[in-house]
Amino acid sequence: MAKNRQTMSRALQRREDIAGYLFMLPSLIFFLGFVVIPMFVCIGYSLTDATMHQQQTATQFVGFSNFAKLFQDKTFLEALRNTFVIVIVSVPTVCAFSLWVSSAIYKLSGPVLSAFRCIFYLPVVTGSVAVTVVWKWMFDNYTGIINTALKGIGVIDKNINFLGDSKWALWCIILILFTTSVGQPIVLYVSALGNVDQGLVEAAKVDGATDFQVFWKIKWAQMMPTTLYILVITTINSFQCFALIQLLTSGGSGTNTVMYHIYYMAFKLTEQAGHFGYANAMGVVLAIFIGILSALQFRLAKEK
Amino acid sequence: MKTNNVGSKTTTYKVFSVIILVILAFLFVFPLYWIVTGAFKPAGDIYAQKPVWWPSEWVMDNFNELLAKRSAPLWELHIPFSQWFSEDHRPVVFSAGPVVPAAFRWLINAVFMAATAMILTCLTAAMAGYALAKKRFRGRAILFGLIICAMALPKQVILIPLLKEMNILRFTDTLWAVIFPTVGWPFGVFLMKQFSESIPGEILEAARVDGSGEIRTFGTIVLPMVKPGIGALAIFTFINCWNDYFMQLIMLTSGSNFTMPLGVATLQAETSINMGLLMAGAALAALPIIIVFLIFQKYFTQGITMGAVKG
Amino acid sequence: MKNIRKALALMLALCMAVSLFACSGGGGTAESTPPATEPAEQQSEAQPTDGGDEPSGGMAKSITLWTYPIGKWGNEEEVLKMTSAFTEATGIEVKVEYLAYTDGDDKVNSALSSGNAPDLIMEGPERLVANWGANGHMVDLSDLFDSTDMDEINAVNEGVMKACTHTSGAIYEYPLVMTAHCMAINKNAFEAAGALEYVDLEKHTWTTENFIKAVEALYAEYGDTVGAVYCKGQGGDQGTRALVNNMYGGTFTNAEHTAYTWDDPLNVEALEQLRGMDGIAFDASLEGGDEIAKFYQGVLKMAFCWNIAQQLDPNSAHGDPGKTVTGDDIVFMAFPSKDGTAKLQGGIWGFGIFDSKDAGRIAAAKEFIKFMCDSEHTADAVKTANYFAVRTKAGGADLSNIWADNEIMAEYNVLMPMLGDYYQVTTNWAQARTSWWNMLQKVGEGADVAESVAQYAKEASGG
Repeated sequence: MAKNRQTMSRALQRREDIAGYLFMLPSLIFFLGFVVIPMFVCIGYSLTDATMHQQQTATQFVGFSNFAKLFQDKTFLEALRNTFVIVIVSVPTVCAFSLWVSSAIYKLSGPVLSAFRCIFYLPVVTGSVAVTVVWKWMFDNYTGIINTALKGIGVIDKNINFLGDSKWALWCIILILFTTSVGQPIVLYVSALGNVDQGLVEAAKVDGATDFQVFWKIKWAQMMPTTLYILVITTINSFQCFALIQLLTSGGSGTNTVMYHIYYMAFKLTEQAGHFGYANAMGVVLAIFIGILSALQFRLAKEK
Repeated sequence: MKTNNVGSKTTTYKVFSVIILVILAFLFVFPLYWIVTGAFKPAGDIYAQKPVWWPSEWVMDNFNELLAKRSAPLWELHIPFSQWFSEDHRPVVFSAGPVVPAAFRWLINAVFMAATAMILTCLTAAMAGYALAKKRFRGRAILFGLIICAMALPKQVILIPLLKEMNILRFTDTLWAVIFPTVGWPFGVFLMKQFSESIPGEILEAARVDGSGEIRTFGTIVLPMVKPGIGALAIFTFINCWNDYFMQLIMLTSGSNFTMPLGVATLQAETSINMGLLMAGAALAALPIIIVFLIFQKYFTQGITMGAVKG
Repeated sequence: MKNIRKALALMLALCMAVSLFACSGGGGTAESTPPATEPAEQQSEAQPTDGGDEPSGGMAKSITLWTYPIGKWGNEEEVLKMTSAFTEATGIEVKVEYLAYTDGDDKVNSALSSGNAPDLIMEGPERLVANWGANGHMVDLSDLFDSTDMDEINAVNEGVMKACTHTSGAIYEYPLVMTAHCMAINKNAFEAAGALEYVDLEKHTWTTENFIKAVEALYAEYGDTVGAVYCKGQGGDQGTRALVNNMYGGTFTNAEHTAYTWDDPLNVEALEQLRGMDGIAFDASLEGGDEIAKFYQGVLKMAFCWNIAQQLDPNSAHGDPGKTVTGDDIVFMAFPSKDGTAKLQGGIWGFGIFDSKDAGRIAAAKEFIKFMCDSEHTADAVKTANYFAVRTKAGGADLSNIWADNEIMAEYNVLMPMLGDYYQVTTNWAQARTSWWNMLQKVGEGADVAESVAQYAKEASGG
């Protein structure tokens, strides 16, 4: 910034300001109006005991007591743990898997490559609700095709209650999330691998670098921006697993996540329902974690 | 260059990986296969206690039942902010067309919603991305930081304030309540910034020296250069908005305002047994985006590559 | 260039206005003023302009009704018949939305928070009275009842009005129909397993001992789960409660409906027994609706989430009454109990009105209730619900014989005397049913029964 100011005259800076903000404006309206302002309202709410039954009880400022309560709430802590399990498991696996698939297919001939790319992209374009509904049927405890198939080939002899057993349910959800997440990273890695500077690769080989070294020092380094982008979209995706949870398990069998729990706290018909203050406190905690996570990702990527 | 030993090792590895890939491909296609066959299976196959792999007979029963289930007017359009101008201070709603099976309406709603969000996002994000990448305005770093932090934020976090806001703006139970927050999501701006970074500064400088105004520079130089990025963003937004089940669930309450995915989810809540009906709904819900994807497929793979690699 | 600049300026102004509005809205919600009332005021201001072509007596010309799938009240075709009759008689349009039990409550709560609640809602006292009523979202309907109405309802069952009345004395639900929830068995499967000797097909009752023997026989025949204690969510929880309570005579609440008593050792015994049975599985992937779907499909040989509407139209699949999809006979049964006399859970359904603070809409909604629950049309409304009427007469028309021509309904009457206490209006009810299925999940996963029961019963009482 300082450097800019030296080289640019004041008038020029003003010109840039005006032009910049005018170009930003349409986007800013939506961003501020429907993301930033609600976020601040959310913080405001989290410091109150607001409920949906405001006709009866006036809302009061309660300071940080919602947050204090949160960290003693077993259900919330379990949800927080599950959320992290989902993100920590799915983000690296999606990245690693899509990198492997791409490196296996990027040299294949055009139509075959195209076909593979399309196939891995299919679950994304089928739509999350359609995918969830069909997986629910496939995972069925009594007449599901997965149980039938596993029994048929003799892997199991008693049906597994995939969605009703806390040993399995969360992993089933991660699996479905995985199938709907790898499509785009594969497309990206395939193109990134194709764009790696072959001259550098050849030169390194002449210098006696092993395949692994070539991959790590050259290809991986050149694909860093792609990887960063993939990390970002996979993280976004992993936090969007609401439909899976709501439609498959309703947060039962150990699959509660913070995202679902906020919804649950806000709208489910329980006596705690409509505790907006409390639900928003959860939202704030989640937002802080996500903010840190995003910043961390960028930091890491920048350093490399 | 390679020794024989390494060569055979590579071949084994290649064969091995192709086998695994084929198995994986089968697993990835299977859900869609199950949806399509399920949609056309007769009741006997659906209710069978042993899953039926291939329909014993292809029937349209499930689609017929889906269409007969609910009805809705073909098209209604809620005009945003019209309550400020209308005489009775109520939002103006245009309504047209006869009463049709609700599934048609759900399809129209979903396509309208996703397409509108797509157009608005592309427009606003292209402008903002360009500004962030090429304009050295003050406060730029802060804005970009805010965008990065907000990018991965799940909408559940701001669920309650958003509902209240929609209520104040009178958007509740309209598609706008889903569209506007989608447009506000800053991912598009981030993506377009990455693309715009690759525009050489000299070209812009040259245009300015030639006396081209900001708008003209943007329209004639910037837009064509980031076109692949816009294509990628368009598909991304369309699919994301279509799949944003959560926003649809909390914002849309009346059956005639449902989108196809929400309609299918509602059917699932209602009838947990009639999987054929659900698969018919799922097939209808999947069809439009698969078509969009196939049309833009080439564009899509090209576009997304350039942005990500050059970012 | 000038035009563009002008356009931009206009856009800027517009956007400022929007964001300003959003700001003021956002700020308002953060403060202690209840924002939910704002739209209501706006609406009531807007109302008088509608006055010109109102039907009569300051009533709104259009109202909304949200219904849960209560018999055929979840079926658009049937509901349209009822509402168009109403529109014809009064000129008031009714817009109907159909809720599912899985997420219907969430939708109502979300609508309440965003000021978008319907005028009328059709469900039971546990939601209308114990929850939305108690929390001040409903309109008191006392003025709709005169002494004849009370007499006609009390003549059928004295508990009904009690259930529909809040402790404050306000009546938040106008009851329409009722039934006793029961369970069902697959007669053909029982026959095949040689288990028919354990059930009394005439009285539709059995003892706990025979129930255990029957499950053993079925398991021996099919080698798989024959009955599921479903616990995915709260849908159909009346079935699992009745099963556990009746087995050894445990209770769920005390008689005064002030405290939860399901930490009763008799319930612990029942849960231990159920968990130990080979043919019975605690299944957290099913809720009530899924369970009857599996039963209807012929997979499960008994269903705990059953009632007369299911018997008439199994799983709303429009198949043959009283038959599974494979054509097996479905027999409805009382829950097993020590001496064979079960206490069945009642179900009461009726209408409530959300407080829109708009006299015109409330008046129109009340008109709708009178039309459906207290007029010559009540018989049709009751028949649409597939349940029994809660009153002997409505609007002068006799209701006692409306199901006379229906054999299944007549037969089902043997269960009605077993109707137990309607305890679903106990304080903290919504929490209690949540705690209940959470507890079932824990027990199903092998947690210590007595401990889990104690823990969740305490949670239900708000501890």
